[in-house]
Amino acid sequence: MTITINHYLIVSLLLFAVGFFGVLVRRNFLTVLMSIELMLNAVNLNFIAFSRRLSDLTGQVFSVFVITIAAGEAAIGLALTISLFRQRKTLNVEEADTMRG
Amino acid sequence: MTDGALLTGTAGWLFVVFAALALGSAISVVVARNPVHSALFLLFSFLLVACIFILQQAEFVGAVQILVYAGGIMVLFLFVVMLVNPRTVQEVKAFQHQWDVALLLMPVFLIPFAYILWTEKLPAVAGNPDAFRMVRGRLAGNTEAVAWSLFRDYLLPFEVASVFLLVAMIGAVVLGKRSLERMD
Repeated sequence: MTITINHYLIVSLLLFAVGFFGVLVRRNFLTVLMSIELMLNAVNLNFIAFSRRLSDLTGQVFSVFVITIAAGEAAIGLALTISLFRQRKTLNVEEADTMRG
Repeated sequence: MTDGALLTGTAGWLFVVFAALALGSAISVVVARNPVHSALFLLFSFLLVACIFILQQAEFVGAVQILVYAGGIMVLFLFVVMLVNPRTVQEVKAFQHQWDVALLLMPVFLIPFAYILWTEKLPAVAGNPDAFRMVRGRLAGNTEAVAWSLFRDYLLPFEVASVFLLVAMIGAVVLGKRSLERMD
């Protein structure tokens, strides 16, 4: 089986779409965070595929940066989860609506 | 290597298997009702994507993916799941009420990308199989090549990333504190 850049783009697009769907529809804040991680992972897949296709190392270096940002984002998001749970005793994103306009 | 092909033969089939399993577990992450199940499916998906990285001669990024995602972020997620009692978290309705509209709109999101993938032909580029192992004209490892690029060409972004991680750590500690008043 011959794999070209398009196969990579399709897989990455589908992974991103699944993560996007999760962010849109899940009510549990933890699962929303996990879906964001899925989207970041899909972006990394694109970086690696184009890095290989162009024979350029920059894509690999930038996916290391994306992983760094993902780690920081997960730490902050989970701290927010704990803070939300302490104040509201829930993880439902629909109940955190104090700033609803 | 034929023109534009990234993987051929057995490696291509391996990619198909890894990609299918990664997509399946990603869908399971979004569909599973129990957050613990979601976290374990997410771990599986990360490991499979790391396998795809290693197929693409990105051995260092694959190892970092396993260490940071599967080792660090996953433990953090499971830690928080255990900190908030999963019994109170598990709800009758896992999805928001507009989930069916979102599912119908997904094709609308996908069609423009599918159109671009179908019509756009990327220009052919001469591949260099040793590009990820060359350091100053000699053949080294992938880790060494990434290190040269990271510490020479991207030193400033690297340092900014470390400051970012420090800020994220301070923010997480402050947010996770039980009460700001009782700090002093």
